[in-house]
Amino acid sequence: MNARFLLPLLVVLSSLVPGLVIFALREQAVRTRRLLNMAGATLKVALIAVMLYGVYHDASYETRLPLLPGLDLVLHATPLAMLFVTLSAVLWFLTTVYAIGYLEGSPNRSRFFGFFSLCVSATTGIAMAGNLLTFVVFYELLTLATWPLVVHNGTPEALRAGRTYLAYTLVGGVLLLLGAAWLHALVGTVPFIEGGSLSAHPDLPRGPLIAAFALLVLGLGVKASLVPLHGWLPLAMVAPAPVSALLHAVAVVKAGAFGIVRVCYDVYGVRLTSELGVLAPLALLAAVTILYGSVRALQQTSLKRRLAYSTVSQVSYIALGVAVLGPIATIGGLVHIVHQGVMKITLFFCAGNLAETLGVHRVDALDGVGRRMPLTMAAFTVGALGMIGVPPTAGFISKWYLGVGALEGQAGWAVAVLVVSTLLNAAYFLPLVYAAWFRPPPESWPKDRRPRRGLEAPWLLVGPPVVTALIVLFMGLFASLPVSPLTWGRLIAAREFGW
Amino acid sequence: MTADPTVAHWIVGPILLPLLAAALAFAAPPRARPWLAAAGVLGALLTAALLAAHLPAAGPLHYRVGGWPSPLGVLLVADGLSLTLVLTTTAIVAAATSYAAAYLHPAPDAPGHPSAAPHFWPLWLFVCAALNAVFLAGDLFNAYVTLELLGLASVGLIALSGGPALGAGMRYLLVTLVGSMAYLMGVALLYAATGSLDLPAIAPALAASPQASLAVALVTAGLLLKTALFPLHFWLPPAHASALGPVSAVLSALVVKATFVLTLRLWHQAFPDLALPAARDLLGALGALAVLWGGLQALRQQRLKALVAYSTVAQVGYLFLAFPLLHGPGAADAWRGVVYLALAHAFAKSALFLAAGVILRVTGDDTVAALPGAAKRLPLTVFTIGLAGVSLMGLPPTSGFIGKWLLLTTAIAAERWWIAAVLVAGGLLTAAYMFRVLAKALLPAAAAVTRERLPPALGWSAFALALAGVALGLATSAPLGLIDIGAPPAVAEAAP
Repeated sequence: MNARFLLPLLVVLSSLVPGLVIFALREQAVRTRRLLNMAGATLKVALIAVMLYGVYHDASYETRLPLLPGLDLVLHATPLAMLFVTLSAVLWFLTTVYAIGYLEGSPNRSRFFGFFSLCVSATTGIAMAGNLLTFVVFYELLTLATWPLVVHNGTPEALRAGRTYLAYTLVGGVLLLLGAAWLHALVGTVPFIEGGSLSAHPDLPRGPLIAAFALLVLGLGVKASLVPLHGWLPLAMVAPAPVSALLHAVAVVKAGAFGIVRVCYDVYGVRLTSELGVLAPLALLAAVTILYGSVRALQQTSLKRRLAYSTVSQVSYIALGVAVLGPIATIGGLVHIVHQGVMKITLFFCAGNLAETLGVHRVDALDGVGRRMPLTMAAFTVGALGMIGVPPTAGFISKWYLGVGALEGQAGWAVAVLVVSTLLNAAYFLPLVYAAWFRPPPESWPKDRRPRRGLEAPWLLVGPPVVTALIVLFMGLFASLPVSPLTWGRLIAAREFGW
Repeated sequence: MTADPTVAHWIVGPILLPLLAAALAFAAPPRARPWLAAAGVLGALLTAALLAAHLPAAGPLHYRVGGWPSPLGVLLVADGLSLTLVLTTTAIVAAATSYAAAYLHPAPDAPGHPSAAPHFWPLWLFVCAALNAVFLAGDLFNAYVTLELLGLASVGLIALSGGPALGAGMRYLLVTLVGSMAYLMGVALLYAATGSLDLPAIAPALAASPQASLAVALVTAGLLLKTALFPLHFWLPPAHASALGPVSAVLSALVVKATFVLTLRLWHQAFPDLALPAARDLLGALGALAVLWGGLQALRQQRLKALVAYSTVAQVGYLFLAFPLLHGPGAADAWRGVVYLALAHAFAKSALFLAAGVILRVTGDDTVAALPGAAKRLPLTVFTIGLAGVSLMGLPPTSGFIGKWLLLTTAIAAERWWIAAVLVAGGLLTAAYMFRVLAKALLPAAAAVTRERLPPALGWSAFALALAGVALGLATSAPLGLIDIGAPPAVAEAAP
């Protein structure tokens, strides 16, 4: 029982325990709830900072608890785990701040924040899972903890979205479970090891390996919203804005994409995936998803739905980076886990602000909002430019590495996909930015909830998107600092490819 | 057999202490009865825990009551299987006792309040004693007697609610008598063939013959009828749905387990050689049909308690799905899995019925359509339903997941794909009917509602059971270690 053993567990508990306490709080206990939320979020970030420092200096942190004969629950802080766990902890901190402001005065907040904390606990568990069974445990927990948030409003649309969400994710969970059980039946425990744990078993039959891979990736593809498994994501837009942030950036979609990365690199490994020839179908699926999502985004008139389809498209950059198979494309895919999260959460915070403060929900109602809400729209602009991939934003780094990686991997078609997607990104984001800044504002807004003095909206709502927008710029400008996602992406790729 | 011979005497505790409390409860003033019940059940729990603590060192205990030799005496067996079930039973009955005390406490206008509460406590304790006696039974005739006691006491408890429950109770009585009759005829044939009623003595003396097959078929058919395996489940939903809240919980969580565990024990300890693969597959196939049929019926029910009762039909099917996996390689994991699933279901199902009882008592209406607002009025109860539901679905991190995972990996390793498919499909069906309930409960009510004030024992005992079902999904090493002790040789030898 030392710090090496305890730290990963504490990271999970730092949100789990406050979450459970929050469930028991009375609705009126606003201050206690706020204190618990912020204390948990701060503690989590601090614990992760300690682990980041350690992992960067080659320390190893591992929590191992026995679950079944020969099978342990393992939480392990590897560089890949740190990439995701840092992202979700930092964004959770900001989303908690935002959610406190967003939900002020609304009903059932104890329930909301309880499940909210449970979601993040599950996500940190997913990020640090040291074997496939642990991953499955936390992955299913995430499904369960998210559902009450999706249906939080209790409206018929919210319930419909919740039903669809469950139908997709539970079936996906079953596929994942079958794939995982199959691998366990073949080899016993399946740890996550850089280079692939299955490479330790050289004479496994091909058929079951390919079938299990398909089950795992399809199961994960539901949360990663690979077309045609993406149907739940646009519907889930009825949930409150902090939940959208959670779905699109901090937790759910990311968990699916991260799982695909884990399965490809740490279960099967670079060599086995190329031997089995399973990456070509994944690449095709990712390419179709990227293009389809972009086209559908262009067709949407609701701002949140446009952002949702944009997520469908952008998250598959990660799968594309994995599927192209080469160290540089891998770096592109890995950094995009972080970059997409920070950029998309910025956009959702902004969309939430527009809806809450001005009652603006549609993409054709953005005329002149830049004058009324300059900070929000400045953040939105940075996020949108990042999604398009304009330098010096973080999105540029992603696309650069993906593009160069595709050329290196002789995958010219992937470059074409990236180019077309970028043009479509520009087509669905730039008109919004233009309208916000250069068109005259209307006579009056559908509603206007300006605080009596000071900012354009409560600072709890304006602060988070401004901070994330600054991070987007920072990650693009200072991409080679040791704390940047790019440095970690390089470190991970080097270890996966055994440099 | 044991290092400390005095420990073996404790084996009668889980049977005698509730029985003693029942006898006293007949005579005691009404006010003292719940306390007597609590003392009897907790005593049973403590003695069982003491035995379980000694079992790893001592190995399975065979105890002859009064020291009488084989044909006359009563043989009790404390092994992993029996003690796991006795501990589960006494823990659940203990929680349900505190619930029942609050539930039966005079509340003049409460719906479903029985007029015959005085008879409740003795019957309740009889059921507890009989359950433990069936689990610990080491010979076929002793099992028959205790099953009869269990059946009659259960009928009495069902009939206590009066009204529609009387019809359901009568049907239950007929079923339990028919089942016992078939079982008794089978036992008679077995005795004629082997000259013994002791479980350990039967297997070596039993040769394959038409007479032996008939005996096995009769015994099994009788037990299946009492376990309510599809298509013999017709009597279960009305009986379990119309009984009082705490009674439903014990019937659905534990009483059907008594005959299931006996079936499991007989098939693997009394006549393992006669349990042919084809017969195992037949039980598995019936289990698969039960999972699907029970799940679909649960989805269609309008009343919460009827839904939970059909869920039991489905979950009983899960238990029988393990039979085809219980021989050959992987049988050890299948054995662990099926026992784990049995205890997972016991905790989840008792929590669900207790929670449904709270809703019925508070609102007077347990239709699913009347659930909106429940999350606001009874947050703890709805949370209980959620936790128990997750365990029933077999999703992590619950005991239901552990059981299902063990069966699933065994089924895949044995390439029994249809079993794997039914295991996961049943989980999805469970999710469908449980989330139907939860979604309705989260809806806002038509009129403004506030949190209800309840006797704390009602909400918290249900919650404690649901929580135990989750905790057993994380703290697995102690129960798994216990289950392994004295696992039948056919299963243990096949371990990889």
